[in-house]
Amino acid sequence: MITEAVLHNHDVRGHDVHSEDHHEHHHHETFISKYVFSMDHKMIAKQFLITGMVWAIVGGLMSVLFRLQLGYPNESFPWLEDLLGKWWAEKGHITPQAYYALVTTHGTVLVFFVLTAGLSGTFANFLIPLQIGARDMASPFMNMLSYWFFFLAGVVMMCSIFVENGPFSGGWTAYPPLSALGDASPGSKTGMDLWLTSMSLFIISSLLGGLNYIATVLNMRTKGMSMTRLPLTIWALFFTAVLGVLSFPVLLSGCVLLIFDRNFGTSFYLSDLFVNGVGALPNEGGSAILFQHLFWFLGHPEVYIILLPAMGMVSEILSVNSRKPIFGYMAMVGSLFAIAILAFLVWAHHMFVTGLNPFLGSVFVLLTLLIAVPSAIKVFNWLTTLWKGSIRFTPAMMFAIGFVSLFISGGLTGIWLGNSALDIHLHDTYFVVAHFHIVMGVASMFGMFAGIYHWFPKMYGKYLNNTLGYIHFWATIVGAYLIFWPMHYQGLAGMPRRYYDFSNWESFKDSASINAFLSTIAMIVFMVQLLFLFNFFYSIFKGRKVTTKNPWESNTLEWTTPINPGHGNWPGEIPEVHRWAYDYGKDGKEFIPQDVPLGHDESQH
Amino acid sequence: MVTVSSKQTQKLHPHKFLMWVAIGSLCMMFAGLTSAYIVKKSQDNVIDVPLPSVFWISTVVILFSSLTMQIAVKSIKAREMQRYRMLLGITALLGVVFALLQVYGFKYLQNHGVKLIGRNSNPGASFLLVIIGLHSLHVLGGVIGLIIMYLKLYFSKIRNYSSVPIEVMATYWHFVDVLWVYLLFFLMYLR
Repeated sequence: MITEAVLHNHDVRGHDVHSEDHHEHHHHETFISKYVFSMDHKMIAKQFLITGMVWAIVGGLMSVLFRLQLGYPNESFPWLEDLLGKWWAEKGHITPQAYYALVTTHGTVLVFFVLTAGLSGTFANFLIPLQIGARDMASPFMNMLSYWFFFLAGVVMMCSIFVENGPFSGGWTAYPPLSALGDASPGSKTGMDLWLTSMSLFIISSLLGGLNYIATVLNMRTKGMSMTRLPLTIWALFFTAVLGVLSFPVLLSGCVLLIFDRNFGTSFYLSDLFVNGVGALPNEGGSAILFQHLFWFLGHPEVYIILLPAMGMVSEILSVNSRKPIFGYMAMVGSLFAIAILAFLVWAHHMFVTGLNPFLGSVFVLLTLLIAVPSAIKVFNWLTTLWKGSIRFTPAMMFAIGFVSLFISGGLTGIWLGNSALDIHLHDTYFVVAHFHIVMGVASMFGMFAGIYHWFPKMYGKYLNNTLGYIHFWATIVGAYLIFWPMHYQGLAGMPRRYYDFSNWESFKDSASINAFLSTIAMIVFMVQLLFLFNFFYSIFKGRKVTTKNPWESNTLEWTTPINPGHGNWPGEIPEVHRWAYDYGKDGKEFIPQDVPLGHDESQH
Repeated sequence: MVTVSSKQTQKLHPHKFLMWVAIGSLCMMFAGLTSAYIVKKSQDNVIDVPLPSVFWISTVVILFSSLTMQIAVKSIKAREMQRYRMLLGITALLGVVFALLQVYGFKYLQNHGVKLIGRNSNPGASFLLVIIGLHSLHVLGGVIGLIIMYLKLYFSKIRNYSSVPIEVMATYWHFVDVLWVYLLFFLMYLR
C-alpha cells in the first residue's frame, strides 16, 4: 500500500518510525504494536486521552465524596461504609484522614494526571505532527516511553489508595514536615512513599514528552511552514513543553531532597520541631520554606502548563468557527511568550504569608500583576475574533466561548490575589479555591472539551452527538459557576479551605446551606460528565461517520490527511505550506487551506 | 518522495536536537539544587565542608574521558571500527573510575568526621552528597549508554556506520564533564 511505501522511505531517513520490509500488502501490525506499545503519535494521544479520562473520573468522584462531607456533615451514609470500608467512611461519615487523603489525591490527580498528561499529552501528541506536517515525533520511541511512564505513575498512585494507612494526605503541594515525616500523619507513611514514586515517574514521563514536542516543533516542520505560519495551537503547545522541560526538573530536585529527608535522616527541610507523640526531632538547620520555593518554581509554571494548551486550542477553534482570521496573530504569539517568561518569575506569590520579606513580596506583586497584560491581550483578541464573525455554534465552539468566559471571571480574581496586602486576608480561604478552580481547573477542562469535540472527527473518523454535547456544555458551565461563584463570598467571609467540618464554628454556621447546595450541584455536574463519557465511547463505535476530509472547513494541515490516517499521516507527499493558518473570508473565499499556493495577486503572509 | 524528505532533514538531526533540549532540562535540575544550596549557605548554622583532594584526580579522569570520547567520534567517521570500539570501552571505564573516585571522596569525608546523612548530619554536608551524587548518577547513566552501544557493535547483525548515536552520546558526555567542572568550582568558591 502507498502508506507503507512512504513509511519505508521515511525510515531510510533514519527516523524511528517502525516499519517492516517493503511488501505490497498491508503493514503487519499486531494488536500489541498497534494499540498497546504503539509508536504512532495519534495512538499515543488517544492512550493519553483515555487514561486521562479514567483519572478524571477517579479524581472527580473523590471530590464528590469530600463534598458529601462538606455539604452534609451531620448526615450518615451507611452505604458508604459498605462500599469503601471503615478506614474511609466509618459509620457512614467520611473520616478525617480519608477527607484529607481525598482532597490531596483529588488535587494531585487533576493537576498532574488529567490536566497535564491528559491535556497536553493528548493534544501535543495528536496535533503537533499533524499540524506542522510531520510523519511522527522526533523520537516515537521516547514518545511511547513517555506514555508508559505516565501509565506506571498512575498504577503507583492507584496502589497508594489501597495501602493500609491510606494515600498521602498532606495536600497536593506536599509541604514538609507533613510530607517529610512519616510520623506526622497516617498518609505520610507508605502513602507518601508511593506518592513520591508516582510523581517521579510522572516527571520523567512529562520530560520525555516535552523534549519530543520541542524537538518536533522546531525541527520537523514541513516545507514552507515557517514559525510565523504555525497555528496558535502549536505555539501554545510549544511554550507548554518549554515550561515543563524547564520547571519539572526543579521539582525533581525538590523531591530528591525530600526523599533524603524522609529516608536518610538529612535536614534539608526538617528542623528541631516538636511532634506530638514523637517528641523533639534530632534534625537541625532545615527549612520547610526551601521546599516551597522549589515546589512553586515548578508549581506556578505548572498552572500555565495546564492553561496554555487550552488557550491555543481555543484560539484555533474560535477562528475556525467564526469564519474569521484570528485577531492579532503576532500579539497572540507574543502574549503566549510573555506568559511563558512571567510564569517563572512569580512563584513567590504563593508564599506571601510564609514570612517572606515584604519588599521581596512587592516585587512579586508587580511581576504577578504584569501577567494581567498578556492575559488581557489574549481575551481582547478572542473577543475581537468573535466580533462580527459568522459564528457556527458547534459544541466545540460553545466550550471555546465558555473557556473565554471562565478565563475572564477567574482571571479577575487573580488580580485580587496577586496583591500581597489582600492576600493576607484571602490566603487559604475558599476565595483561593474558587479562583484557581475557575481559571485553571474548569477553564482548562473547557479547553480540553473544546479540543475533544473539535478533533474527535480526526481522531476516530466519527462525530460526537451534538445534542448530548449541548446538554453537556450548558449543564457544565451553569454548574461550574453555581459551584464556584458562591465560594468567592465564603472566602471573603473568611471561611478557610481544607477544614473538615464547619459546623463546629460559630462564624461559619450560616454557610451550611450554601455548602449543601454546592455539594448537590457538584454531584449533578459530575453525573453530566458521565453523559459526556457515554457520548465519547458510544460515538467511537456507533457515531455518525465522517464523510468529508475537512468537516469544519478548516485551514490547518491535519484536515488534508485521509479521514482515518495511518501511521505516517499522509499517504503521499507531505503537503507544502504556502500561507498562514488563518485565511478565512479572504478575497471572497470562505477559507483557503494552508497548502493552497498563493494566487497571482495575493501578497505573502 | 525521497527528495521531499531529504529537503526536510537539512536541519540538525532530531535526536541531536533532543539531546540539547534535554541538556537544558538537566541544567535546570542542577540550577534548582545549587540555588537551594546558595540560599541554605546564607544561614549561619550551615557548616563549610572542605572538598577532598581526590576530586582533583576525578576531574582529570573525566576531562581525559571527554578526550577519548572525541577521538571515538573521529574514528567512527573514519570507519576505524577497531579503534572506535576500544575508545568506547575506555571512555566507559573512565566513567566508572570517575564515579568510584567520587565515592572514595565521600568515604574520605566520612572518615574525617563529616556526617553526610543520618542523625546530626548538617545540610551543608548533605548538599554536597546530593549534588555530587546526582551528578555521578548521570555519569553512570552515560556509562550504561556506552555499554549498550558497545554491545550493539558485537551483537548487531547489521553493520551501522551512522555516527549520529555516538555524536549524541558525545554531546551528553561533554555536558556531564563541563557540569562537573562547574560544580567543582561552584562548591569550592561558595564559602
